[in-house]
Amino acid sequence: MEAFLSNIDRVVDGFSWTVRLTLISALLSFVLGILLTAMRASPVPLLRGIATVYVEGIRSTPLTLVLLFCGLGLNSALGVALADSVQWDVFWWAVIGLSAYTACFVSESLRAGINTIPLGQVEAARSLGLTFTQNLRLIVLPQALRTVVGPLGSVLIALTKNTTVASVAGLGVQEASREMKLMFDQGVAPVLPTFVGFALGFLILILPTGYFFNWLSKRVAVVR
Amino acid sequence: MTSTPLVVLENVNKHFGDLHVLRDIDLTVNSGEVVVVIGPSGSGKSTLCRTINRLETIDSGVITLDGQPLPAEGRGLARLRSDVGMVFQSFNLFAHKTVLQNVTLGPIKVLKQGKAAAEARAMELLERVRIANQAHKYPAQLSGGQQQRVAIARALAMNPKVILFDEPTSALDPEMVQEVLDVMTDLASEGMTMVVVTHEMGFARRAANRVVFMADGQIVEENTPDEFFTNPRSERAQDFLSKILTH
Ligand SMILES: Nc1ncnc2c1ncn2[C@@H]1O[C@H](COP(=O)(O)OP(=O)(O)O)[C@@H](O)[C@H]1O
Ligand SMILES: [Mg+2]
Repeated sequence: MEAFLSNIDRVVDGFSWTVRLTLISALLSFVLGILLTAMRASPVPLLRGIATVYVEGIRSTPLTLVLLFCGLGLNSALGVALADSVQWDVFWWAVIGLSAYTACFVSESLRAGINTIPLGQVEAARSLGLTFTQNLRLIVLPQALRTVVGPLGSVLIALTKNTTVASVAGLGVQEASREMKLMFDQGVAPVLPTFVGFALGFLILILPTGYFFNWLSKRVAVVR
Repeated sequence: MTSTPLVVLENVNKHFGDLHVLRDIDLTVNSGEVVVVIGPSGSGKSTLCRTINRLETIDSGVITLDGQPLPAEGRGLARLRSDVGMVFQSFNLFAHKTVLQNVTLGPIKVLKQGKAAAEARAMELLERVRIANQAHKYPAQLSGGQQQRVAIARALAMNPKVILFDEPTSALDPEMVQEVLDVMTDLASEGMTMVVVTHEMGFARRAANRVVFMADGQIVEENTPDEFFTNPRSERAQDFLSKILTH
């Protein structure tokens, strides 16, 4: 345990990358998820089609494949670089892969939320003269979001854990599990305490997230 | 009363799949007029209302508002809808907004009124439907009758040319029906143009200029309320009235 604790700065550094990956990907996937949901609710068949194909397609692709596609396919093979240093280049590719993947789950949650909104409210808004986007922005999404705070929390938790795939899947991104594996490989500390230490780290990130989203979902619930 | 045609339906037809829900509908609603639409369930009354603000499209025929044909889509359609108020059977208030916000939403977002002006006007309207003291509550905290009065204020806030009421009291507990009908009667006497789907005969006799009887997607009979209720001409209307009068 002592050997593990003397390397605590490496652990903290690993988790700082996990947090960065998670937060940035969460933000991007939230924005993309809302966009996909808006497209899927839109009256334009082409937009609906594109969004549906995207969500169904990516949702049924393993995350490993999505990240490998970003890392090996786009980054290495096609040579698309997003930053000057390799470290940041792979970081941003990982963010893109994770966001592209997670957005589908955000969108699915939101769509379930939209389905709970009585059609009558949408028609009432329409009959006031609100446009499709106003209706979505002012009536539909605010209520849908409130009903899916809990499920969105679960999506965020899954995303936090999914960041560990980014180092395995060809990208070699810095994050907590990669740091753990390096510490194993370099034999800097015994396996069991290292393992428990990193598991605890994830627990510390994830438990409060779950509690927070539970609390929030009760707070913002719309009474009907 | 002026007799400027405000809402005109000419030869309107509408199908839901094989079902012919509106058959050659001709109807003119003059400015300031109150028209009550009555008829058995499934006869197309709701559909008729919904075509007037284009919540439903029509297959053939022409609908004009104030001489203008209804726009098909886009901004023009949104503007048309803001000229045609709609009050639904199930109130349909926005659950995440307060009473006041429900009433000011349209004026602020569609008519681009300032917040203060919209709120001042909303309070006047809430006063008029006798619910101003509940302005900061959420819909779920109100009774059905109160919610429906808010819905009427919400429609009025747009300064519509005509308001469509689709069975506004059918979802209410009996003791709340009158408070809503009273508000509607006031509106009628103030000259608001109204199309009201309702089976409330008291209201029809008191407030309506005309009763339109529908059956199977057709307008079967049109008359003054007194004539219609005392001397229905068609067999369908006689049959229908005998049914609703016996309970
Ligand atoms: N969206 C719809 N899709 C298919 N059929 C519908 C739809 N809306 C109404 N109908 C049918 O059209 C007919 C007329 O309905 P409606 O206008 O609601 O009648 P009313 O309001 O007089 O009871 C009914 O037979 C009803 O089942
Ligand atoms: Mg109906």
